[in-house]
Amino acid sequence: MTQTTLSPQGKEEKEDHDSHTATKAHEMAKKQRDISVAEFFEKNRHLLGFDNKRKALLTAVKEAVDNSLDACEEAKILPEISVEIIDMQNDRFRIVVEDNGPGIIKKQIPNIFAKLLYGSKFHKLSQTRGQQGIGISAAALYGQLSTGRRIGIVSKISPKHPAHYFELHLDTKNNTPEIAKEEETEWKKDHGTRIELDLEAIYQKGLQSVDMYLKETAIVNPHCTIIYTNPKAEQIIFPRATDELPPETKEIKPHPHGVELGMLIKMLDATEARTLQSFFTTEFSRVGDGTAKEICSKAGMLPSQKPQEVSRDQAERLMKAIPQVRIISPPTDCLSPIGEENLKRGLKKEINAEFYCATTRPPSVYRGNPFIIEAAVAYGGELGAEEPARVMRFANRVPLQYQQAACSSTKAILDTVWRNYGLQQSRGALPIGPAVILIHMSSVWVPFTSEAKEAMAHYPEIIKEMRLALQECGRELARYTNKKRRLTDELKKRGYIEKYIPYVCSALGELLSLKENNKEEISESLKKILEEKRGKIEDISDDNEEYDEEFASIGQEGEEDEGEAGAKNDKEGDDQEQENGSGKKKRRKKNDDEENEESGEEQGGMDE
Amino acid sequence: MVQMHSPQEIVQDIKAIANEVYQKIIKIKAPTLSMPLRSLQNVKYDEKEGYFEVLGKKKARTLTASTVKTFAQTLLMMNESKKLVETDDIATKREMYYISKNWGEARFKEQPESDTVMDDYEAMLSVNREQIGFVPEEKGGAVAGKLVVIDKDDTGKELRIDCTKFGSGAYSVPTSVEHLKFETKADFVLAIETAGMFQRLVKHNYWKTANCVLVSMGGVPTRACRRFIRRLSDDMKIPVYVFTDGDPYGYLNIYRTLKVGSGNAAHINKYFCVPNAKFIGVTPQDIIDYKLPTHPLKDIDVKRVRDGMKNDPFVQHYKAWQKALDHMVLMKKRVEQQAFAAHSLNFVIDTYLPEKIKNQKTWLP
Repeated sequence: MTQTTLSPQGKEEKEDHDSHTATKAHEMAKKQRDISVAEFFEKNRHLLGFDNKRKALLTAVKEAVDNSLDACEEAKILPEISVEIIDMQNDRFRIVVEDNGPGIIKKQIPNIFAKLLYGSKFHKLSQTRGQQGIGISAAALYGQLSTGRRIGIVSKISPKHPAHYFELHLDTKNNTPEIAKEEETEWKKDHGTRIELDLEAIYQKGLQSVDMYLKETAIVNPHCTIIYTNPKAEQIIFPRATDELPPETKEIKPHPHGVELGMLIKMLDATEARTLQSFFTTEFSRVGDGTAKEICSKAGMLPSQKPQEVSRDQAERLMKAIPQVRIISPPTDCLSPIGEENLKRGLKKEINAEFYCATTRPPSVYRGNPFIIEAAVAYGGELGAEEPARVMRFANRVPLQYQQAACSSTKAILDTVWRNYGLQQSRGALPIGPAVILIHMSSVWVPFTSEAKEAMAHYPEIIKEMRLALQECGRELARYTNKKRRLTDELKKRGYIEKYIPYVCSALGELLSLKENNKEEISESLKKILEEKRGKIEDISDDNEEYDEEFASIGQEGEEDEGEAGAKNDKEGDDQEQENGSGKKKRRKKNDDEENEESGEEQGGMDE
Repeated sequence: MVQMHSPQEIVQDIKAIANEVYQKIIKIKAPTLSMPLRSLQNVKYDEKEGYFEVLGKKKARTLTASTVKTFAQTLLMMNESKKLVETDDIATKREMYYISKNWGEARFKEQPESDTVMDDYEAMLSVNREQIGFVPEEKGGAVAGKLVVIDKDDTGKELRIDCTKFGSGAYSVPTSVEHLKFETKADFVLAIETAGMFQRLVKHNYWKTANCVLVSMGGVPTRACRRFIRRLSDDMKIPVYVFTDGDPYGYLNIYRTLKVGSGNAAHINKYFCVPNAKFIGVTPQDIIDYKLPTHPLKDIDVKRVRDGMKNDPFVQHYKAWQKALDHMVLMKKRVEQQAFAAHSLNFVIDTYLPEKIKNQKTWLP
């Protein structure tokens, strides 16, 4: 008995002992498991642009609208998008975005809206707004996390098909969609998609607001109509300015100069080509037989080798060989810039300045990705002369409102010597003066610094193109500011004439005891002498008929909002960038009262 | 001796200029006011006459948009001056500046603006400003020693002013000296830069021991002071010796202006200079000869010397001056009149001045 009682004890002890020696690793092993992408982003929501409540609202709207625009353009439909934000109280908002796009087939709806990293744009190279397949599902995830409510989708692909209604839940453990509700529904639209999403958020106007995002989107997408209903139930319509869709952007194959080793190995594995030579000619752009052979010979490999049999080592040799071979730049018809005229028209609508210029650079290439930089400048007029210039950044027609300091476009602006163009500028700071500077990058792959798509990465090729574009605008600006200075001088001189002629008359009159009518004669003659020589005054300022005061005021903070907004800001413990932005706005208004004490803060933020 | 115009002539000259302007204007042509250029570029040193002679260079101020203000101001000032001459009144430069305050937009903001217009206007008529009703503010200088100045009181009665009878004070040169007469048996006139040195010489009755007339210029001599010394020297036929600090300012501004006039008053140098003045000290050589304590030459002094060498016709004419200035730049030293006190307070009276006056070889032309 004792033995039997002992033995299990001994066994237990032994087991205990065993487990004791292995405990740590075992324990740790218990905790080690797959991390789903969804879980990862649940914890790192800032990477997706959901780091605070104010930004969350903007990001969610932005992801939905960007998707709608991409879908419409791909389907060659003139976009008409309605955005509605409803205040549900207690920092909860419902956003409803509805488009007239091609719709989504039933099967795909759950994956698109409730599975991260699922999409059509990641694997193809073409100029689209979305690129990763994260955005809208991340918004859905955020909504789910902050309110517990599911995202609702209605989509219809043609009048012949029924509309489908889905309520989706995202299983964060497995990054898979769970369908909570699915039904056919009546929808009077011929085709399109509507999403409804609840989330925790703060609604606030200003440069980083939803209002501003929609307005700037309207500026650079003149072919779309946006109907916006804000939480105060005020409806704003941004009507389309043109019925022409931007030229269709073509999808291109990757260019060898942009490919990375991992991708190359994956492509080698997946290709249907039988030989290395045909692999290169069919899977890449700008590679003919000659170039393909050259790559192979530089890598010391046979063009006839089977792609699937290429070893890791050999792939690396190919990678080293590619840069040694001259390959024509990738095709650039895949890009659709906004265009100089549209840029100017957009700026004129938003900003009442006296001078506008815009430039579209010829296409260029970074890491095998073609891109086009455009820049525009508005100057003078109602713009504040003592403030840093306002910067408007766009990537593939999407406004970028956060992380200005981290963006390569900002670097390009800081690197440009604006003093040559009639603006003030201290070293390493934004130029000071009545100016708005706009930069747009279109590319098949815009290199963002994070998935939130807030700032463009610092590729030297990109910064160089940006600088060249800014310099082109700058030179035009300098021509204008010089002209204006001359004109100001001229007007001053004319003022002189008006001012001092009477004194010449009265002095001569007294000296020579002239009569009144003689004095008048002198006055007339003097005017002729002095003014005829000077010729006609040139009218140089741009008549801005496009300017729309109501339009321009959209998104600007109203007086009554400010105190409240400021308080919320504090509560939220906003990031630097945002404080920065609101500082700018406050100052902009206070400028009238000559209160500039916050300028230091603004400057400091930019220098970072 | 100064070319005097009667008030009527002056008024006529003014009207003639105004009329010329008027005629141009009614013919729709831009009127021009022209005047001699007032700078060293427009003078040459005339050795025979001994002063800066004005060259023919003219400055034309054509009426344009950018000159219309000054043009109006010049005409307005001409008008004020005409009134002054007609009523036999005078205005100081400062008063003229205040008169302009009635001109509305054409008024002068600062007195220097008004002074420049006045100088231009004076040059335009080629007369001295006293004749067009303007008098300087500045004191003419102080005089002590063996001299009787004969002036008139307001009734026209003669006033005899004995310059030996001012005790420790001095006679003050009036702004206009044309009517003065002199009586003197002095051997020379000593023109002194600083009031301090003047006081020392007066206090110790240097004029008695040396039998001379002492004049304190107080920096660059005013026109009245220059004219006073000139008339005294010409009328009484006595030499003039000049005693300044040993620095470029003393040489090139004070002495040169006294002797040959200035670029600024080019049009009237003829009367406002003392061609027979001689420079007795302090010369750069004196620094060595008398072992004087010095100050380092400042950059601005060196610049002044270079400028003089390059642009001043007087310096360019006298090798002796060029040598002295080179010497000074080489030593990099300047010296003050008061430096003699390092030896003893009255060293300047007992030793320096007597020795220098005796020895012409130590002078500069």
